[in-house]
Amino acid sequence: MLLDDEEDFLEAMSQRMGARGMEVRTTTYPNEALKMAEEEPFDAVVMDLMLPEMDGLQVLQELRRINPRLRVILLTGYATAEKRAEAKNLGAVDLVEKPADIDILTHRIRRVGGNRMEQDTPEKGDEGRLARKL
Amino acid sequence: MNPGLGIREGAALHFFGKMSASISHEIKNVLAIINENAGLLEDYNLMAERGSPVGPGRLKALADTIMAQIRRADAIVKNMNRFAHSVDEEKRAFDVGDILELVVALSSRFASVRGVELKMRPRSERLSVVSYPFFLANLLWLALDFAMGEVGKGKTVELVAEKSGEGVVIRLTRLEALENSPDAGFPGEREDALLQTLGAGLSVDHGEGRVTIELPAEIGP
Repeated sequence: MLLDDEEDFLEAMSQRMGARGMEVRTTTYPNEALKMAEEEPFDAVVMDLMLPEMDGLQVLQELRRINPRLRVILLTGYATAEKRAEAKNLGAVDLVEKPADIDILTHRIRRVGGNRMEQDTPEKGDEGRLARKL
Repeated sequence: MNPGLGIREGAALHFFGKMSASISHEIKNVLAIINENAGLLEDYNLMAERGSPVGPGRLKALADTIMAQIRRADAIVKNMNRFAHSVDEEKRAFDVGDILELVVALSSRFASVRGVELKMRPRSERLSVVSYPFFLANLLWLALDFAMGEVGKGKTVELVAEKSGEGVVIRLTRLEALENSPDAGFPGEREDALLQTLGAGLSVDHGEGRVTIELPAEIGP
């Protein structure tokens, strides 16, 4: 799941992750993200720290309460050692600074999600997946 | 608060830091979007090299997104520039509406995070005063920050600036939750320090759900 209040960011990132073999769901609303986490078994959530209507760390805690095994990677515009420590104390597996390198991000997602992801780069025939907004 | 500074200067530094951090966060978001879309172009190129070219419609959509983000970043930097130049001269003649517009623009991300809409009523005339634009911006931000916590179910703050006698009045309205917070602690000592510098008055009407700031046409020496 990708959670960020920037639609254009979600659109592009979900296409790129889809082309790398990941099944992606996106939302701009924290409450909707929590509902989705209750209804579906996600391997990982990548989310922005600054969200509308709910503090990002609060969303992180709620996601972990819903599914203690859920791996959450936080995105932030300014990553400090203190923020990273606080995020990890609250159960995030990592804190990544924006703009993020897609290869580093997908490597970290695969690392926390196990062996279900296979591709590193878009293959021929991925155009359909790139075109699909998930 | 920073030790060794007066209340007004401490408030000013806090205001400067908060706005600067917000501006940098917005620019980072724009860069992240451009980064992902540039990466998508790379992906499309890779697919084309492998025999699956992407249609021109998708390339145009990408270009449109990138151009829109560049326009957005340009607007953000323009506001940053206006904010920076608000301290060029301590006291000068300026249009209160311009400063209010700037503060609303700088506050838009904070409002979005709090789920509040900011609506500024268009003004019909120039609202010129001789005062301190930076300190007025600081006071307006503090008032708006307070107001965003007192909105009603409509989750909207309406702002209007208009002439009042020789001076100018600024009103923040639709603060329905004020009715239930009789002792909101506003204005506090930061606001009082700024009001004194500006020679301005501030009143909170709990029944009408409104904060009103009155500015003189020209402050004394």
